[in-house]
Amino acid sequence: MVEFILERASYWAIIGLMMIGLFISFSAENLIKRLVGLSIFQTTVCLFYVALAKVDGGTAPILLPEDSPYGYAPPVMEGADGLTDAPSERFAELVHVYSNPLPHVLMLTAIVVGVATLSVGLALIVRIREAYGSIEADELREMDIEAAEAQEAEAARDLKEASA
Amino acid sequence: MILETVLSSAPDWLVAHAAALVVVFPLVAAPVLVMLPGGRVPWALTILTTALSLIAAMVVLATVQSTPVGYISYAFGNWPPPIGIEFRIDAMNAMIMLLVTFTALLASIFSWPTVKAELATEKLGMFYGCFLLCFSGLLGVAGTGDAFNLFVFLEISSLATYALVAMGARRDRRALPAAFNYLIMGTLGASFFVIGVGFLYGATGTLNMADMAERLPALTGNRAVQVGFAFIVVGLGLKAAMWPLHQWLPNAYSYSPSFVTMFLSATATKVALYALVRFLFTVFQPEYAFEQASFVWIFAPLGIAAMLICSFQACFQTDVRRILAYSSVAQVGYMILGISLATAAGVAAGFLHLFNHALMKGALFMAVAGVCLTYKGTHIRDFAGAARSAPLTMTAFAIAGLSLIGVPLTAGFISKLQLGYALFDSGWWWAVLLLVFSSFLAVFYIGRILQAVFFMPPVDPRKLPKESPIILLIPLWVLALANLYFGVAADFPIGLARDAAVAALGLEAFR
Repeated sequence: MVEFILERASYWAIIGLMMIGLFISFSAENLIKRLVGLSIFQTTVCLFYVALAKVDGGTAPILLPEDSPYGYAPPVMEGADGLTDAPSERFAELVHVYSNPLPHVLMLTAIVVGVATLSVGLALIVRIREAYGSIEADELREMDIEAAEAQEAEAARDLKEASA
Repeated sequence: MILETVLSSAPDWLVAHAAALVVVFPLVAAPVLVMLPGGRVPWALTILTTALSLIAAMVVLATVQSTPVGYISYAFGNWPPPIGIEFRIDAMNAMIMLLVTFTALLASIFSWPTVKAELATEKLGMFYGCFLLCFSGLLGVAGTGDAFNLFVFLEISSLATYALVAMGARRDRRALPAAFNYLIMGTLGASFFVIGVGFLYGATGTLNMADMAERLPALTGNRAVQVGFAFIVVGLGLKAAMWPLHQWLPNAYSYSPSFVTMFLSATATKVALYALVRFLFTVFQPEYAFEQASFVWIFAPLGIAAMLICSFQACFQTDVRRILAYSSVAQVGYMILGISLATAAGVAAGFLHLFNHALMKGALFMAVAGVCLTYKGTHIRDFAGAARSAPLTMTAFAIAGLSLIGVPLTAGFISKLQLGYALFDSGWWWAVLLLVFSSFLAVFYIGRILQAVFFMPPVDPRKLPKESPIILLIPLWVLALANLYFGVAADFPIGLARDAAVAALGLEAFR
């Protein structure tokens, strides 16, 4: 049992961080804190992918000299055909075990998406602060309710004037 | 018939690359627009771009219909599919692409008067650039055959959407918190989707959807696959505004600029719903035990809850755009109910309703935009007596409203009828009763607006809304007449929906 838990330590850490991020993004009233929670959540997704990519005993996915047919010289670019032709034979020749590089590459894209989201969110917070003078969600809600009530009252007054 | 003409007259390069060009046109045009000054030029370019995309989408649909395999596969950069990114388009995507491009063309024609009234002129280039990014993201989601690529396109469209919604701040500052909440919820949804894709990738070792579908049957008992399924359903459900996950939608729709509301209501949730169907039926198979359980215990109850609860909520709203927004969530409920049957008839009914709902909600939000051009209010009382001063706009509104209720001779009736048939076929007669009941609720909330518009005297005779300008009336009436036409001669949408269902379920039942 202990072994089972410890073997998956990285996943437990990821789950813990993920829950922390999710909780902050739901419960915080301060909009910046919400965004921080969201960022933690998105970053743990990256951690999750990177943890998935790990192969037992695998090293970083950069070809070592023994595995590269070209030694240290840059490989000749063969394009798509070179990559897809009989990949299994190519794997069998490898001396070292490598981790899977694809999830790392995917997460590069996800990080870009995360940065874009964060910047759009911060820009929105700046605008909210300009329009409301506050970045606390509960205060914003109160102000909206007050504004709506004032609008209703004004409409009722207009209605009376129009009928008079 | 039009489709064949377009296909035969299209140049070779367009036919060969149509699948990619649908997305590439707006993606390339967007940064160009951002650099342009304000004024009419960005608007004209937007119309041009959406028209080009529409032509490409028609070519795609015609090609798909004429190929014997039933799908076209476009490998980007000539990298062969399981490794490279592939656009894989069958009848289902082609229909969604046609719907999105068609609505976008009408929306961009109609946009000028409302955008001019609601936004600062010098920002128009940026605004239309954002719109085109959102548009190309939606098309990318519809086109792609790669699970991770779908996430990227989903985020392209969502990020542009957050900015677009926030543009409503000039009219009402509540647009800003609405956009922020949408950002939080939307990003959580997208992250859930990515986590799900991660689980599937871990279990199958591929990201290509078709490849994944081939490898999954051996892994149905795998816990990672089931967890991935759950994450994907929640993530895409959030984007599609499936019932308890719809909280972002009413605010985002009521405070964003009229043009954005109109475009989003007709396309954004539809595309997310398509992605959900793609995963439910193509990547996973409806025969899997955990998926059948999710149909019975998640989709059907949530669909029914959406159509009842949100229709009720719509009855108690006083703002016309909020009524329509809640009604949108209810309509998503109908679609989900159809899909949850997991029969060809049910899925076809869901897709038919998806198509028709885009027509009617598009027309309704366009008419509302026309009315609030003169005076900004969208409260029901602002609409009192509007039929006297804006008869053309309001007649179109009435037609689309009746279609939303599902009155015979309108498109809404056809799709509810098909849904009813599909429910009866599966023996869910009690769901038919609930369907009829929620249509009565629609009578109530649409009737309340129509009563104010047609039978109540204006609150303030000096503040009557003017008739909409002609540039707004043309796309509005195109949609309104489409609602009537497809209510009588429904062969075209029904054919599309059946082909889509066949493509989703891989059946030959309807052919």
